[in-house]
Amino acid sequence: MTALSQLTPGQSEPTPKKRSRAMRNARREALWGYFFILPFILGLLIFTLLPTLATLMMSFSDFNLSGIDETSFVGLLNYKTLFADSQIWHSLGVTLKYALIALPVGLIIPLLLAIVLNSSYLYGKSIFRTLFYFPYIVPFVAAIFVWAALLNSETGWINDFLSWVGIAEPPRWLNDTTWIYPALVILGLWGIGNAMLIFLASLQGVPTALYDAAKIDGAGWWSTLFNVTLPLISSVIFYNLTLAIVGLFQYFTVPLVLNQGTGAPGGATMFYNLYLYKTFFTYNDMAYGATQAWLLFAIILTVTLVLFSTSKYWVYYAAEAR
Amino acid sequence: MAVTTAKPITRKPPRIRFKPDIFLRKMALTLFTLLIAFLFLLPFFNMVLTSLSTTAQMMEPGAPLYPALPATFEYDGKELDVYEVSMPDGSMRDLAIVKKGRQETTFIDPQDVDGGEIVWEGAWRTLERPWSVSPAWSNYAEAWDGIDFPIVFRNTLLIALIGVIGTVVSSTLVAYGFARFRFPGRNLFFTILLATVFLPFAVTIVPTYAFFAAIGWVGSWLPLTIPHFFSNAYNVFLLRQYFMTIPVDLDEAAGIDGAGPIRILWSILLPQCKPVLLAVALFHLVFAWNDYFGPLIYLSAKFELQPIAVALPRFNNLYGSNPPLIQAASLMAMIVPVILFFLAQKAFIQGVVITGVDK
Repeated sequence: MTALSQLTPGQSEPTPKKRSRAMRNARREALWGYFFILPFILGLLIFTLLPTLATLMMSFSDFNLSGIDETSFVGLLNYKTLFADSQIWHSLGVTLKYALIALPVGLIIPLLLAIVLNSSYLYGKSIFRTLFYFPYIVPFVAAIFVWAALLNSETGWINDFLSWVGIAEPPRWLNDTTWIYPALVILGLWGIGNAMLIFLASLQGVPTALYDAAKIDGAGWWSTLFNVTLPLISSVIFYNLTLAIVGLFQYFTVPLVLNQGTGAPGGATMFYNLYLYKTFFTYNDMAYGATQAWLLFAIILTVTLVLFSTSKYWVYYAAEAR
Repeated sequence: MAVTTAKPITRKPPRIRFKPDIFLRKMALTLFTLLIAFLFLLPFFNMVLTSLSTTAQMMEPGAPLYPALPATFEYDGKELDVYEVSMPDGSMRDLAIVKKGRQETTFIDPQDVDGGEIVWEGAWRTLERPWSVSPAWSNYAEAWDGIDFPIVFRNTLLIALIGVIGTVVSSTLVAYGFARFRFPGRNLFFTILLATVFLPFAVTIVPTYAFFAAIGWVGSWLPLTIPHFFSNAYNVFLLRQYFMTIPVDLDEAAGIDGAGPIRILWSILLPQCKPVLLAVALFHLVFAWNDYFGPLIYLSAKFELQPIAVALPRFNNLYGSNPPLIQAASLMAMIVPVILFFLAQKAFIQGVVITGVDK
């Protein structure tokens, strides 16, 4: 409702003359609405819709920056090459291996932290909240170098501590094809502040009456967590889960900075998006890269749709009436 | 005399100020969380300590954790390393090494130079060196020059500020449209807006790059700033949610007095939104400080225009063998967003909460 539609107060039944005035007001309102969202519409067209279509067209061609004039339509050739390319499957595997560790860590740890920070048994909550959130603000390139120093297999504090505790051969973190994934997850630990804060805010929105009722019914800590807390914040869990998955499939800037895009050690960091980046910007194979991009889009879309369709079985929206 | 009803004697139970078992629980949890926080922030300590030490310290085995320099002694125009040697009479003396050997090593005593050379039985490698606290502040000066911090800082700041103006203005307009006006397709457009979050940027990057190349914007700041003038899904969502919590009454009152939509936005709505506008500005500033990929592809050839997110890895490639300098540069890269955050915590947190929780 805007002010425009209130210019004829006190009239309940529109007479022919008033109805056209109401219609005129509605049209004026609509025009103003379109005017205000114009930046979004233009941006959508120029930076989203047209490029997406162009990429689709590209994937059906053999467009290459070195021979633009010879571009021709090749149908599904690029897609055939894509599915036969072993590097693609390897890269998908790399992404999944990382996601296997990163997704639980990226959701469970912030949630646990939020639960701790929400506890009534904690002193200095606001200080802790700040301490755990502010590393999220640190530019990730700086965070990479700072954590990499800690993870250094010879001089890093982590391996120093592990040797001191008695582990004879601490993992070679950034140089080991298996331990690189936990190392990358550790590198990304500073990013949990955002999810933690959102979880914390949603935890504070859970009505205490429910906790009291659960206590009266004799629920223990674990039981309360699973039957009261988690269901009531499930909408926020869903939000963080979806964003995390979409982000995970596009993960590549960290390995790019860490190893200059070589996929070291031994191809273990050649994430799907990193391979895509190399296809575009190193090999300049635009058509093939476009194909890779659309496969990625298809995967993300499928996963998102699956998430959304199963959400009605486990997500509870407290604020339904809005 | 009036009849007074006797008031029942009620006494509130004495307020228990100190419950031992609850206090213990609180202490336990607080200490536990403190430990977790300490581990979480460990890299900061490492960063500060490393940035103040030197490569010499890093290569010496047995070096302490704090920034320190091993003692040296100048003799005969040469700088001799000093070691802690155990003397036959059981004491430890600091002697300067003259000749390194496996079975026996030759030293001279810095305090008694003319006393001649002292031959000691043993391998010099087993000896430790005396250290003295010595923070290498010069590292910061070196890193400042090496990464060309003033230029890089200026670049990052300008890119960020222009983007902030663009995103605040455009996102406010778009959010206002979605929040206060009814028009056909409003819900559809809003859903599309939200859906853009799920679109992988890989699908749009190449034609966008080609477009910018064709109009000659590659190699300038324009591709990094102009797109933000077309609003951004997160910011529009945040602002729209906030607008919707503000009652329409004032808008309507102003409308009756003859204010048009723009006037209403400017004079009525925006003054009530200052914290959220600040949050949007801060989010974008932090995003721009963090943005690596955009500057990488559009500014790869133009070193003098690069922001800090791209300059830092380039610096690392050049000075990779000097960890203290890298850490010093990393600290310089992160200091501005961190300080900004501490100054404007409330705005940040409010912004995150409104975006994240209002689903």
